[in-house]
Amino acid sequence: MDWTAFWLSLQLAACTVLLLLPIGVALGRLLAYRDFIGKGMAEAVVALPLVLPPTVFGYYLLVSFGAASPIGQLWQAAFGRPLVFTFEGLLIASIVFNLPFAIQPMQRGFEAIPLDVREAAACCGMSPWRALMKVELPLAWPGILTAMVLSFAHTLGEFGIVLMVGGAIPGETRTIAIAIYDRVQAFDGAAAGRMSALLLAISLVTIALTFVLSRRVGRRLG
Amino acid sequence: MSAVHGLDVSLRQDAPVSLDAQFRCASGEVLALVGPSGSGKSTILRTIAGACRAARGTITVNGETWFDSARGLYLAPHSRAVGMVFQSYALFPHMTALGNVMAGMGHLPAIAREAHARNLLELVRLSGLERRRPAELSGGQQQRVAVARALARAPKVLLLDEPFSAVDKVTRQRLYREIAELRRGLNMPVVLVTHDLDEATMLADRMTVLHRGRTLQTGRPEEVTNRPASTEVARLVDLRNLFAGTIAGHGPKDRTVIDWVGVKIETTARPEFALGQDVSWVVPDGFVVLHRRDRPSRGEHENPVPGTVEAVLAIGQTAHVTLRPGHAPDLPIRFSVPLHVARRNGLTAGVEAIVSLLAEGIHLLPAHAGPADGG
Repeated sequence: MDWTAFWLSLQLAACTVLLLLPIGVALGRLLAYRDFIGKGMAEAVVALPLVLPPTVFGYYLLVSFGAASPIGQLWQAAFGRPLVFTFEGLLIASIVFNLPFAIQPMQRGFEAIPLDVREAAACCGMSPWRALMKVELPLAWPGILTAMVLSFAHTLGEFGIVLMVGGAIPGETRTIAIAIYDRVQAFDGAAAGRMSALLLAISLVTIALTFVLSRRVGRRLG
Repeated sequence: MSAVHGLDVSLRQDAPVSLDAQFRCASGEVLALVGPSGSGKSTILRTIAGACRAARGTITVNGETWFDSARGLYLAPHSRAVGMVFQSYALFPHMTALGNVMAGMGHLPAIAREAHARNLLELVRLSGLERRRPAELSGGQQQRVAVARALARAPKVLLLDEPFSAVDKVTRQRLYREIAELRRGLNMPVVLVTHDLDEATMLADRMTVLHRGRTLQTGRPEEVTNRPASTEVARLVDLRNLFAGTIAGHGPKDRTVIDWVGVKIETTARPEFALGQDVSWVVPDGFVVLHRRDRPSRGEHENPVPGTVEAVLAIGQTAHVTLRPGHAPDLPIRFSVPLHVARRNGLTAGVEAIVSLLAEGIHLLPAHAGPADGG
Protein backbone atom coordinates (compact mmCIF):
# COMPACT_ATOMS: atom_id res chain seq x y z
CA MET A 1 0.00 0.00 0.00
CA ASP A 2 1.56 3.26 -1.16
CA TRP A 3 0.29 5.70 1.47
CA THR A 4 2.45 8.53 0.09
CA ALA A 5 0.74 8.21 -3.27
CA PHE A 6 -2.65 7.93 -1.60
CA TRP A 7 -2.02 11.03 0.50
CA LEU A 8 -0.75 12.92 -2.56
CA SER A 9 -3.90 11.99 -4.48
CA LEU A 10 -6.10 13.25 -1.63
CA GLN A 11 -4.15 16.51 -1.48
CA LEU A 12 -4.37 16.96 -5.24
CA ALA A 13 -8.11 16.25 -5.25
CA ALA A 14 -8.80 18.56 -2.31
CA CYS A 15 -6.76 21.43 -3.75
CA THR A 16 -8.38 20.96 -7.15
CA VAL A 17 -11.88 21.12 -5.66
CA LEU A 18 -11.08 24.17 -3.53
CA LEU A 19 -9.61 26.11 -6.44
CA LEU A 20 -12.31 24.96 -8.85
CA LEU A 21 -15.12 26.11 -6.58
CA PRO A 22 -14.79 29.87 -7.22
CA ILE A 23 -13.79 29.30 -10.85
CA GLY A 24 -16.75 27.00 -11.45
CA VAL A 25 -19.22 29.31 -9.72
CA ALA A 26 -18.01 32.31 -11.72
CA LEU A 27 -17.92 30.53 -15.09
CA GLY A 28 -21.01 28.39 -14.49
CA ARG A 29 -23.02 31.46 -13.50
CA LEU A 30 -21.68 33.40 -16.48
CA LEU A 31 -22.67 30.64 -18.91
CA ALA A 32 -26.07 30.23 -17.22
CA TYR A 33 -27.15 33.88 -17.18
CA ARG A 34 -25.27 35.76 -19.85
CA ASP A 35 -25.55 35.66 -23.60
CA PHE A 36 -22.43 36.73 -25.41
CA ILE A 37 -20.80 36.28 -28.76
CA GLY A 38 -18.88 33.02 -28.83
CA LYS A 39 -20.81 31.47 -25.96
CA GLY A 40 -21.27 28.24 -27.91
CA MET A 41 -17.53 28.12 -28.55
CA ALA A 42 -16.78 28.76 -24.87
CA GLU A 43 -19.09 25.91 -23.86
CA ALA A 44 -17.41 23.64 -26.40
CA VAL A 45 -13.95 24.47 -25.06
CA VAL A 46 -15.09 23.80 -21.51
CA ALA A 47 -16.51 20.44 -22.56
CA LEU A 48 -13.43 19.47 -24.58
CA PRO A 49 -11.74 17.39 -21.83
CA LEU A 50 -14.79 15.10 -21.88
CA VAL A 51 -14.12 13.91 -25.40
CA LEU A 52 -10.37 14.34 -25.88
CA PRO A 53 -8.23 11.26 -25.08
CA PRO A 54 -6.34 12.01 -21.82
CA THR A 55 -3.00 11.37 -23.50
CA VAL A 56 -3.75 13.93 -26.21
CA PHE A 57 -4.93 16.45 -23.66
CA GLY A 58 -1.92 15.66 -21.49
CA TYR A 59 0.41 16.09 -24.44
CA TYR A 60 -0.89 19.60 -25.16
CA LEU A 61 -0.64 20.55 -21.49
CA LEU A 62 2.92 19.18 -21.38
CA VAL A 63 3.86 21.24 -24.41
CA SER A 64 2.23 24.42 -23.12
CA PHE A 65 3.65 24.02 -19.58
CA GLY A 66 7.13 22.96 -20.76
CA ALA A 67 10.35 24.89 -20.09
CA ALA A 68 10.32 26.18 -23.68
CA SER A 69 6.77 27.51 -23.50
CA PRO A 70 5.80 31.06 -22.44
CA ILE A 71 3.74 29.70 -19.52
CA GLY A 72 6.59 27.48 -18.39
CA GLN A 73 9.11 30.32 -18.65
CA LEU A 74 6.83 32.71 -16.80
CA TRP A 75 6.36 30.17 -14.03
CA GLN A 76 10.08 29.51 -13.84
CA ALA A 77 10.79 33.24 -13.61
CA ALA A 78 8.17 33.77 -10.93
CA PHE A 79 8.74 30.74 -8.70
CA GLY A 80 12.21 29.53 -9.63
CA ARG A 81 11.14 26.01 -10.52
CA PRO A 82 9.65 24.34 -13.56
CA LEU A 83 5.95 23.72 -13.97
CA VAL A 84 6.03 20.26 -15.54
CA PHE A 85 6.73 17.23 -13.35
CA THR A 86 5.81 19.20 -10.21
CA PHE A 87 2.79 19.13 -7.90
CA GLU A 88 1.81 22.66 -8.96
CA GLY A 89 1.87 21.72 -12.63
CA LEU A 90 -0.19 18.67 -11.85
CA LEU A 91 -2.65 20.82 -9.90
CA ILE A 92 -3.11 23.25 -12.80
CA ALA A 93 -3.57 20.36 -15.24
CA SER A 94 -6.04 18.83 -12.83
CA ILE A 95 -8.05 22.06 -12.67
CA VAL A 96 -8.14 22.30 -16.46
CA PHE A 97 -9.22 18.74 -17.11
CA ASN A 98 -11.87 18.97 -14.39
CA LEU A 99 -13.48 22.10 -15.85
CA PRO A 100 -16.37 20.26 -17.51
CA PHE A 101 -17.06 18.20 -14.39
CA ALA A 102 -17.20 21.35 -12.28
CA ILE A 103 -18.75 23.89 -14.60
CA GLN A 104 -21.53 21.90 -16.21
CA PRO A 105 -23.34 20.83 -13.01
CA MET A 106 -22.91 24.31 -11.56
CA GLN A 107 -24.24 25.89 -14.76
CA ARG A 108 -27.30 23.60 -14.59
CA GLY A 109 -27.69 24.52 -10.93
CA PHE A 110 -27.75 28.24 -11.70
CA GLU A 111 -29.98 27.74 -14.73
CA ALA A 112 -32.54 26.02 -12.52
CA ILE A 113 -33.13 29.24 -10.57
CA PRO A 114 -36.09 31.03 -12.16
CA LEU A 115 -35.42 34.50 -13.56
CA ASP A 116 -38.13 36.07 -11.41
CA VAL A 117 -36.57 34.67 -8.23
CA ARG A 118 -33.31 36.37 -9.13
CA GLU A 119 -35.17 39.56 -9.99
CA ALA A 120 -37.02 39.30 -6.69
CA ALA A 121 -33.67 39.30 -4.90
CA ALA A 122 -32.79 42.61 -6.57
CA CYS A 123 -36.27 43.98 -5.84
CA CYS A 124 -35.65 43.08 -2.18
CA GLY A 125 -32.71 45.46 -2.29
CA MET A 126 -30.01 42.79 -2.37
CA SER A 127 -26.80 43.79 -4.12
CA PRO A 128 -25.57 41.26 -6.72
CA TRP A 129 -23.03 39.90 -4.22
CA ARG A 130 -25.62 39.55 -1.46
CA ALA A 131 -28.09 37.94 -3.88
CA LEU A 132 -25.38 35.44 -4.84
CA MET A 133 -24.70 34.52 -1.22
CA LYS A 134 -28.27 34.57 0.09
CA VAL A 135 -30.30 33.29 -2.86
CA GLU A 136 -28.31 31.92 -5.78
CA LEU A 137 -25.72 29.77 -3.98
CA PRO A 138 -28.23 28.14 -1.62
CA LEU A 139 -30.54 27.35 -4.56
CA ALA A 140 -27.76 26.18 -6.89
CA TRP A 141 -26.24 24.13 -4.06
CA PRO A 142 -27.21 20.68 -5.40
CA GLY A 143 -25.41 21.43 -8.67
CA ILE A 144 -22.39 22.87 -6.87
CA LEU A 145 -22.17 19.86 -4.59
CA THR A 146 -22.40 17.46 -7.52
CA ALA A 147 -19.67 19.41 -9.28
CA MET A 148 -17.37 19.23 -6.27
CA VAL A 149 -17.87 15.52 -5.73
CA LEU A 150 -17.41 14.68 -9.40
CA SER A 151 -14.22 16.74 -9.58
CA PHE A 152 -12.87 15.11 -6.42
CA ALA A 153 -13.58 11.57 -7.59
CA HIS A 154 -12.36 12.28 -11.09
CA THR A 155 -9.06 13.71 -9.84
CA LEU A 156 -8.43 10.63 -7.68
CA GLY A 157 -8.86 8.37 -10.68
CA GLU A 158 -7.20 10.36 -13.50
CA PHE A 159 -4.29 8.51 -15.04
CA GLY A 160 -3.27 9.57 -18.54
CA ILE A 161 -2.94 13.29 -18.01
CA VAL A 162 -1.16 12.84 -14.69
CA LEU A 163 1.41 10.56 -16.30
CA MET A 164 1.98 12.95 -19.20
CA VAL A 165 2.28 16.16 -17.17
CA GLY A 166 3.58 14.85 -13.87
CA GLY A 167 5.42 11.67 -14.54
CA ALA A 168 5.66 9.45 -11.46
CA ILE A 169 7.89 11.25 -8.98
CA PRO A 170 7.20 9.79 -5.51
CA GLY A 171 5.83 12.42 -3.11
CA GLU A 172 5.56 14.99 -5.89
CA THR A 173 3.48 13.69 -8.77
CA ARG A 174 2.99 9.99 -8.16
CA THR A 175 -0.74 9.64 -7.48
CA ILE A 176 -2.48 6.48 -6.38
CA ALA A 177 -3.69 5.73 -9.90
CA ILE A 178 -0.08 5.80 -11.11
CA ALA A 179 1.02 3.72 -8.13
CA ILE A 180 -1.55 1.05 -8.98
CA TYR A 181 -0.23 0.89 -12.53
CA ASP A 182 3.36 0.61 -11.20
CA ARG A 183 2.38 -2.25 -8.86
CA VAL A 184 0.71 -4.10 -11.72
CA GLN A 185 3.80 -3.62 -13.87
CA ALA A 186 5.88 -5.02 -11.00
CA PHE A 187 3.58 -8.08 -10.71
CA ASP A 188 2.60 -6.94 -7.16
CA GLY A 189 -1.03 -7.96 -7.58
CA ALA A 190 -1.81 -7.85 -3.87
CA ALA A 191 -0.80 -4.19 -3.44
CA ALA A 192 -2.53 -3.20 -6.69
CA GLY A 193 -5.66 -4.97 -5.50
CA ARG A 194 -5.68 -3.25 -2.10
CA MET A 195 -5.20 0.19 -3.60
CA SER A 196 -7.83 -0.43 -6.27
CA ALA A 197 -10.30 -1.57 -3.64
CA LEU A 198 -9.63 1.56 -1.60
CA LEU A 199 -10.16 3.79 -4.63
CA LEU A 200 -13.34 1.91 -5.48
CA ALA A 201 -14.67 2.31 -1.95
CA ILE A 202 -13.90 6.04 -1.83
CA SER A 203 -15.54 6.64 -5.20
CA LEU A 204 -18.63 4.72 -4.19
CA VAL A 205 -18.97 6.57 -0.89
CA THR A 206 -18.52 10.03 -2.42
CA ILE A 207 -21.05 9.38 -5.17
CA ALA A 208 -23.54 7.93 -2.68
CA LEU A 209 -22.99 10.95 -0.46
CA THR A 210 -23.89 13.32 -3.33
CA PHE A 211 -27.11 11.49 -3.99
CA VAL A 212 -28.11 11.55 -0.34
CA LEU A 213 -27.20 15.20 0.14
CA SER A 214 -28.81 16.47 -3.04
CA ARG A 215 -31.97 14.54 -2.25
CA ARG A 216 -32.06 16.13 1.19
CA VAL A 217 -31.58 19.59 -0.36
CA GLY A 218 -34.28 18.79 -2.92
CA ARG A 219 -36.69 17.90 -0.11
CA ARG A 220 -35.85 21.08 1.73
CA LEU A 221 -36.58 23.21 -1.34
CA GLY A 222 -39.79 21.32 -1.99
CA MET B 1 -42.21 68.09 -16.18
CA SER B 2 -42.29 65.31 -13.63
CA ALA B 3 -45.01 64.82 -11.08
CA VAL B 4 -43.53 65.64 -7.71
CA HIS B 5 -45.45 62.93 -5.95
CA GLY B 6 -45.85 59.66 -7.69
CA LEU B 7 -44.44 57.68 -10.54
CA ASP B 8 -43.80 59.18 -13.93
CA VAL B 9 -42.89 56.82 -16.76
CA SER B 10 -41.96 57.52 -20.36
CA LEU B 11 -40.31 54.73 -22.36
CA ARG B 12 -39.45 54.24 -25.99
CA GLN B 13 -37.57 51.53 -27.82
CA ASP B 14 -37.81 49.45 -30.98
CA ALA B 15 -36.22 46.17 -29.91
CA PRO B 16 -36.25 43.57 -28.42
CA VAL B 17 -39.76 44.54 -27.31
CA SER B 18 -41.19 47.59 -29.01
CA LEU B 19 -42.21 50.21 -26.45
CA ASP B 20 -43.89 53.59 -26.67
CA ALA B 21 -45.37 54.11 -23.24
CA GLN B 22 -46.21 57.17 -21.16
CA PHE B 23 -48.17 57.20 -17.94
CA ARG B 24 -48.28 58.64 -14.45
CA CYS B 25 -49.43 57.15 -11.22
CA ALA B 26 -49.96 59.41 -8.22
CA SER B 27 -49.16 58.41 -4.65
CA GLY B 28 -51.99 56.39 -3.22
CA GLU B 29 -53.39 55.70 -6.67
CA VAL B 30 -53.81 52.28 -8.27
CA LEU B 31 -53.12 52.32 -12.00
CA ALA B 32 -53.91 49.20 -14.00
CA LEU B 33 -51.88 48.40 -17.11
CA VAL B 34 -54.26 46.40 -19.26
CA GLY B 35 -53.60 44.63 -22.52
CA PRO B 36 -53.49 41.25 -24.19
CA SER B 37 -50.57 38.95 -23.51
CA GLY B 38 -47.49 40.11 -25.35
CA SER B 39 -48.55 43.76 -25.17
CA GLY B 40 -45.48 44.66 -23.12
CA LYS B 41 -47.14 45.04 -19.72
CA SER B 42 -44.64 42.90 -17.84
CA THR B 43 -41.72 44.42 -19.73
CA ILE B 44 -42.79 47.88 -18.59
CA LEU B 45 -43.12 46.70 -15.00
CA ARG B 46 -39.69 45.06 -15.10
CA THR B 47 -38.26 48.23 -16.62
CA ILE B 48 -39.64 50.27 -13.71
CA ALA B 49 -38.04 47.77 -11.33
CA GLY B 50 -34.77 48.03 -13.24
CA ALA B 51 -34.59 44.42 -14.39
CA CYS B 52 -34.91 45.62 -17.99
CA ARG B 53 -33.45 48.76 -19.44
CA ALA B 54 -35.30 50.67 -22.16
CA ALA B 55 -33.43 52.27 -25.03
CA ARG B 56 -34.87 55.74 -24.41
CA GLY B 57 -36.98 57.41 -21.79
CA THR B 58 -37.25 58.48 -18.18
CA ILE B 59 -38.57 57.01 -14.95
CA THR B 60 -38.98 59.33 -11.98
CA VAL B 61 -40.42 58.57 -8.58
CA ASN B 62 -41.37 61.42 -6.25
CA GLY B 63 -39.05 63.68 -8.20
CA GLU B 64 -36.12 61.23 -7.90
CA THR B 65 -34.80 60.02 -11.26
CA TRP B 66 -34.34 56.26 -11.57
CA PHE B 67 -33.72 56.21 -15.29
CA ASP B 68 -32.93 58.90 -17.81
CA SER B 69 -31.45 57.74 -21.09
CA ALA B 70 -30.59 61.28 -22.21
CA ARG B 71 -28.42 61.81 -19.13
CA GLY B 72 -27.11 58.23 -19.15
CA LEU B 73 -28.63 57.73 -15.72
CA TYR B 74 -29.65 54.23 -14.67
CA LEU B 75 -30.17 53.21 -11.08
CA ALA B 76 -29.41 49.52 -10.43
CA PRO B 77 -32.47 47.42 -9.50
CA HIS B 78 -31.34 46.86 -5.92
CA SER B 79 -30.96 50.60 -5.43
CA ARG B 80 -34.57 51.33 -6.45
CA ALA B 81 -37.08 51.24 -3.63
CA VAL B 82 -39.65 49.09 -5.43
CA GLY B 83 -41.88 46.42 -4.03
CA MET B 84 -42.75 43.84 -6.64
CA VAL B 85 -45.25 41.02 -6.47
CA PHE B 86 -44.42 38.59 -9.24
CA GLN B 87 -46.94 36.58 -11.22
CA SER B 88 -45.58 33.33 -9.81
CA TYR B 89 -44.70 35.13 -6.53
CA ALA B 90 -40.99 34.24 -6.91
CA LEU B 91 -40.64 33.50 -3.21
CA PHE B 92 -37.26 32.22 -2.06
CA PRO B 93 -37.98 28.51 -1.66
CA HIS B 94 -35.19 27.91 0.85
CA MET B 95 -36.44 30.52 3.28
CA THR B 96 -39.42 30.52 5.63
CA ALA B 97 -42.28 32.98 5.22
CA LEU B 98 -40.61 35.12 7.86
CA GLY B 99 -37.21 34.77 6.14
CA ASN B 100 -38.72 35.82 2.82
CA VAL B 101 -40.15 39.00 4.34
CA MET B 102 -36.94 39.72 6.26
CA ALA B 103 -34.95 39.31 3.04
CA GLY B 104 -36.39 42.62 1.91
CA MET B 105 -35.26 44.49 5.00
CA GLY B 106 -31.60 45.13 4.29
CA HIS B 107 -32.27 48.82 4.98
CA LEU B 108 -33.25 48.15 8.60
CA PRO B 109 -30.89 47.34 11.49
CA ALA B 110 -30.76 43.55 11.95
CA ILE B 111 -32.35 43.73 15.38
CA ALA B 112 -35.50 45.47 14.10
CA ARG B 113 -36.16 43.16 11.17
CA GLU B 114 -37.92 40.23 12.77
CA ALA B 115 -40.48 42.31 14.67
CA HIS B 116 -41.28 44.34 11.57
CA ALA B 117 -41.56 41.19 9.43
CA ARG B 118 -43.97 39.67 11.95
CA ASN B 119 -46.08 42.84 11.78
CA LEU B 120 -46.23 42.66 8.01
CA LEU B 121 -47.21 38.98 8.09
CA GLU B 122 -49.93 39.90 10.56
CA LEU B 123 -51.08 42.64 8.18
CA VAL B 124 -51.57 40.05 5.44
CA ARG B 125 -53.17 37.67 7.96
CA LEU B 126 -50.44 35.06 8.07
CA SER B 127 -49.70 35.08 11.79
CA GLY B 128 -48.81 31.61 12.94
CA LEU B 129 -47.35 30.55 9.58
CA GLU B 130 -44.05 32.42 9.97
CA ARG B 131 -41.96 29.24 10.04
CA ARG B 132 -43.50 27.62 6.97
CA ARG B 133 -41.58 27.40 3.74
CA PRO B 134 -43.29 28.46 0.50
CA ALA B 135 -43.83 24.82 -0.51
CA GLU B 136 -45.86 24.35 2.67
CA LEU B 137 -48.21 27.26 1.91
CA SER B 138 -51.28 27.42 -0.34
CA GLY B 139 -51.29 29.63 -3.45
CA GLY B 140 -53.23 32.36 -1.68
CA GLN B 141 -50.90 32.25 1.32
CA GLN B 142 -47.87 32.43 -0.95
CA GLN B 143 -49.36 35.48 -2.63
CA ARG B 144 -49.74 37.17 0.75
CA VAL B 145 -46.14 36.40 1.67
CA ALA B 146 -45.17 37.98 -1.65
CA VAL B 147 -47.21 41.09 -0.80
CA ALA B 148 -45.65 41.29 2.67
CA ARG B 149 -42.18 40.87 1.18
CA ALA B 150 -42.86 43.60 -1.38
CA LEU B 151 -43.91 45.97 1.42
CA ALA B 152 -40.92 44.99 3.59
CA ARG B 153 -38.64 47.34 1.78
CA ALA B 154 -40.82 50.40 2.49
CA PRO B 155 -41.09 50.81 -1.28
CA LYS B 156 -41.73 54.10 -3.02
CA VAL B 157 -43.62 52.21 -5.74
CA LEU B 158 -45.56 48.97 -5.51
CA LEU B 159 -45.66 46.85 -8.67
CA LEU B 160 -48.11 43.96 -9.03
CA ASP B 161 -47.55 41.65 -12.01
CA GLU B 162 -50.77 39.70 -12.60
CA PRO B 163 -50.76 38.78 -8.92
CA PHE B 164 -54.10 36.99 -9.03
CA SER B 165 -53.60 34.78 -12.06
CA ALA B 166 -52.19 31.77 -10.22
CA VAL B 167 -54.94 31.29 -7.63
CA ASP B 168 -58.39 29.74 -7.87
CA LYS B 169 -61.47 31.91 -8.30
CA VAL B 170 -62.67 31.77 -4.69
CA THR B 171 -59.24 32.70 -3.34
CA ARG B 172 -59.00 35.43 -5.95
CA GLN B 173 -62.24 37.06 -4.83
CA ARG B 174 -61.00 37.03 -1.25
CA LEU B 175 -57.62 38.46 -2.25
CA TYR B 176 -59.36 41.26 -4.21
CA ARG B 177 -61.13 42.32 -1.05
CA GLU B 178 -57.95 42.12 0.98
CA ILE B 179 -55.93 44.10 -1.54
CA ALA B 180 -58.67 46.72 -1.78
CA GLU B 181 -58.58 46.98 2.00
CA LEU B 182 -54.79 46.98 2.19
CA ARG B 183 -54.31 49.70 -0.40
CA ARG B 184 -56.21 52.25 1.66
CA GLY B 185 -53.28 52.23 4.06
CA LEU B 186 -50.65 52.53 1.32
CA ASN B 187 -49.47 55.96 0.37
CA MET B 188 -47.49 55.08 -2.72
CA PRO B 189 -48.19 54.62 -6.43
CA VAL B 190 -49.42 51.11 -7.14
CA VAL B 191 -49.13 49.73 -10.68
CA LEU B 192 -51.18 46.63 -11.34
CA VAL B 193 -50.59 44.63 -14.50
CA THR B 194 -53.51 42.51 -15.62
CA HIS B 195 -55.18 41.21 -18.73
CA ASP B 196 -58.48 41.06 -16.88
CA LEU B 197 -60.67 44.12 -17.49
CA ASP B 198 -63.01 43.26 -14.63
CA GLU B 199 -60.06 43.06 -12.27
CA ALA B 200 -58.82 46.45 -13.47
CA THR B 201 -62.27 47.99 -13.09
CA MET B 202 -62.65 46.54 -9.62
CA LEU B 203 -59.25 47.48 -8.18
CA ALA B 204 -57.87 50.42 -10.12
CA ASP B 205 -58.54 54.14 -9.96
CA ARG B 206 -57.36 54.55 -13.50
CA MET B 207 -56.32 52.21 -16.26
CA THR B 208 -53.96 52.41 -19.19
CA VAL B 209 -54.65 50.30 -22.25
CA LEU B 210 -51.57 48.85 -23.88
CA HIS B 211 -51.13 47.21 -27.23
CA ARG B 212 -47.83 46.11 -28.74
CA GLY B 213 -45.92 48.19 -26.21
CA ARG B 214 -47.89 51.38 -26.91
CA THR B 215 -50.03 53.11 -24.31
CA LEU B 216 -53.23 53.90 -26.18
CA GLN B 217 -55.48 55.48 -23.57
CA THR B 218 -55.41 56.27 -19.87
CA GLY B 219 -58.46 57.15 -17.84
CA ARG B 220 -60.97 55.99 -15.26
CA PRO B 221 -61.88 52.36 -15.98
CA GLU B 222 -65.50 53.05 -16.90
CA GLU B 223 -64.41 55.96 -19.07
CA VAL B 224 -61.96 53.78 -21.00
CA THR B 225 -64.31 50.84 -21.33
CA ASN B 226 -67.30 52.97 -22.36
CA ARG B 227 -65.61 55.78 -24.24
CA PRO B 228 -62.58 54.36 -26.02
CA ALA B 229 -60.37 56.88 -27.77
CA SER B 230 -59.95 54.71 -30.86
CA THR B 231 -61.36 51.67 -32.57
CA GLU B 232 -58.22 49.85 -31.44
CA VAL B 233 -58.99 50.54 -27.79
CA ALA B 234 -62.63 49.61 -28.42
CA ARG B 235 -61.52 46.18 -29.63
CA LEU B 236 -59.05 45.76 -26.77
CA VAL B 237 -61.65 46.53 -24.11
CA ASP B 238 -63.92 44.02 -25.79
CA LEU B 239 -66.51 46.46 -27.12
CA ARG B 240 -67.94 44.26 -29.80
CA ASN B 241 -70.73 46.57 -30.93
CA LEU B 242 -68.40 48.65 -33.05
CA PHE B 243 -69.90 49.98 -36.28
CA ALA B 244 -69.27 52.51 -39.02
CA GLY B 245 -71.64 55.40 -39.74
CA THR B 246 -71.92 58.89 -41.21
CA ILE B 247 -72.85 62.10 -39.42
CA ALA B 248 -76.35 62.89 -40.70
CA GLY B 249 -76.96 66.02 -38.67
CA HIS B 250 -76.65 67.89 -35.42
CA GLY B 251 -80.22 67.98 -34.26
CA PRO B 252 -82.13 69.67 -31.49
CA LYS B 253 -82.15 68.60 -27.86
CA ASP B 254 -78.39 68.16 -27.71
CA ARG B 255 -78.43 65.30 -30.11
CA THR B 256 -76.21 64.29 -32.99
CA VAL B 257 -77.72 61.95 -35.53
CA ILE B 258 -75.77 59.37 -37.46
CA ASP B 259 -76.77 57.31 -40.42
CA TRP B 260 -76.16 53.62 -39.84
CA VAL B 261 -76.84 51.74 -43.07
CA GLY B 262 -79.97 53.83 -43.67
CA VAL B 263 -81.19 53.86 -40.08
CA LYS B 264 -80.93 57.08 -38.06
CA ILE B 265 -79.24 56.66 -34.69
CA GLU B 266 -79.31 59.47 -32.14
CA THR B 267 -76.38 60.11 -29.84
CA THR B 268 -75.43 62.81 -27.37
CA ALA B 269 -74.23 66.00 -29.11
CA ARG B 270 -70.78 65.70 -30.70
CA PRO B 271 -70.50 68.97 -32.67
CA GLU B 272 -66.80 68.35 -33.32
CA PHE B 273 -67.75 65.90 -36.07
CA ALA B 274 -68.66 67.53 -39.39
CA LEU B 275 -71.81 66.80 -41.32
CA GLY B 276 -71.22 63.92 -43.70
CA GLN B 277 -68.08 62.78 -41.90
CA ASP B 278 -67.47 59.05 -41.64
CA VAL B 279 -67.25 57.91 -38.03
CA SER B 280 -66.98 54.74 -35.99
CA TRP B 281 -69.38 54.29 -33.12
CA VAL B 282 -69.68 51.91 -30.24
CA VAL B 283 -72.44 51.01 -27.88
CA PRO B 284 -71.32 49.09 -24.76
CA ASP B 285 -73.25 46.02 -23.77
CA GLY B 286 -74.86 47.83 -20.80
CA PHE B 287 -76.51 50.42 -23.04
CA VAL B 288 -78.37 47.92 -25.22
CA VAL B 289 -81.84 47.50 -23.70
CA LEU B 290 -84.16 44.68 -24.67
CA HIS B 291 -87.82 45.59 -25.24
CA ARG B 292 -90.29 43.35 -23.48
CA ARG B 293 -91.60 41.03 -26.13
CA ASP B 294 -95.01 40.57 -24.47
CA ARG B 295 -95.70 44.33 -24.52
CA PRO B 296 -94.28 45.76 -27.74
CA SER B 297 -93.76 49.49 -27.56
CA ARG B 298 -93.05 50.83 -30.98
CA GLY B 299 -91.05 53.93 -31.55
CA GLU B 300 -91.26 55.18 -28.00
CA HIS B 301 -87.80 54.14 -26.98
CA GLU B 302 -84.50 55.60 -28.06
CA ASN B 303 -82.98 54.19 -31.21
CA PRO B 304 -85.18 51.10 -31.55
CA VAL B 305 -83.54 48.40 -33.66
CA PRO B 306 -85.72 45.41 -34.61
CA GLY B 307 -84.05 42.19 -35.63
CA THR B 308 -83.85 38.45 -35.39
CA VAL B 309 -82.21 36.67 -32.48
CA GLU B 310 -79.46 34.53 -33.91
CA ALA B 311 -78.12 32.89 -30.77
CA VAL B 312 -78.63 32.86 -27.03
CA LEU B 313 -75.70 31.53 -25.06
CA ALA B 314 -76.17 30.99 -21.35
CA ILE B 315 -73.01 31.37 -19.27
CA GLY B 316 -73.74 31.11 -15.58
CA GLN B 317 -76.69 33.37 -14.81
CA THR B 318 -76.15 35.56 -17.86
CA ALA B 319 -77.53 35.09 -21.37
CA HIS B 320 -75.33 36.40 -24.16
CA VAL B 321 -77.54 37.35 -27.09
CA THR B 322 -76.67 37.99 -30.72
CA LEU B 323 -79.27 39.99 -32.64
CA ARG B 324 -79.18 40.47 -36.40
CA PRO B 325 -80.83 43.81 -37.22
CA GLY B 326 -83.53 43.66 -39.91
CA HIS B 327 -81.94 46.44 -41.96
CA ALA B 328 -78.37 45.15 -41.70
CA PRO B 329 -78.27 41.40 -40.92
CA ASP B 330 -74.51 41.24 -41.42
CA LEU B 331 -73.86 43.71 -38.55
CA PRO B 332 -74.91 41.76 -35.44
CA ILE B 333 -75.53 43.57 -32.14
CA ARG B 334 -74.34 41.69 -29.07
CA PHE B 335 -75.69 42.24 -25.59
CA SER B 336 -76.33 40.31 -22.43
CA VAL B 337 -79.31 40.05 -20.10
CA PRO B 338 -79.85 38.10 -16.91
CA LEU B 339 -80.82 34.55 -17.75
CA HIS B 340 -84.26 34.89 -16.16
CA VAL B 341 -85.01 37.93 -18.36
CA ALA B 342 -84.10 35.93 -21.45
CA ARG B 343 -86.38 33.10 -20.29
CA ARG B 344 -89.32 35.35 -19.42
CA ASN B 345 -89.10 37.02 -22.81
CA GLY B 346 -88.83 33.72 -24.59
CA LEU B 347 -85.56 34.69 -26.20
CA THR B 348 -84.40 31.82 -28.36
CA ALA B 349 -82.69 31.57 -31.70
CA GLY B 350 -84.97 32.66 -34.56
CA VAL B 351 -87.45 34.87 -32.67
CA GLU B 352 -88.00 38.54 -33.48
CA ALA B 353 -86.89 41.08 -30.88
CA ILE B 354 -86.36 44.82 -30.53
CA VAL B 355 -83.56 46.53 -28.66
CA SER B 356 -82.98 50.17 -27.88
CA LEU B 357 -79.51 51.64 -28.17
CA LEU B 358 -79.40 54.27 -25.44
CA ALA B 359 -78.14 57.57 -26.83
CA GLU B 360 -76.13 58.42 -23.71
CA GLY B 361 -74.14 55.20 -24.12
CA ILE B 362 -73.32 55.62 -27.79
CA HIS B 363 -69.81 56.88 -28.27
CA LEU B 364 -68.53 58.33 -31.54
CA LEU B 365 -64.91 58.15 -32.56
CA PRO B 366 -63.01 59.08 -35.68
CA ALA B 367 -63.23 56.39 -38.33
CA HIS B 368 -60.06 54.32 -38.58
CA ALA B 369 -58.49 56.01 -35.58
CA GLY B 370 -55.35 54.04 -34.86
CA PRO B 371 -54.25 51.04 -36.89
CA ALA B 372 -57.34 49.15 -37.96
CA ASP B 373 -57.97 45.44 -37.61
CA GLY B 374 -56.19 45.02 -34.34
CA GLY B 375 -57.77 41.65 -33.94
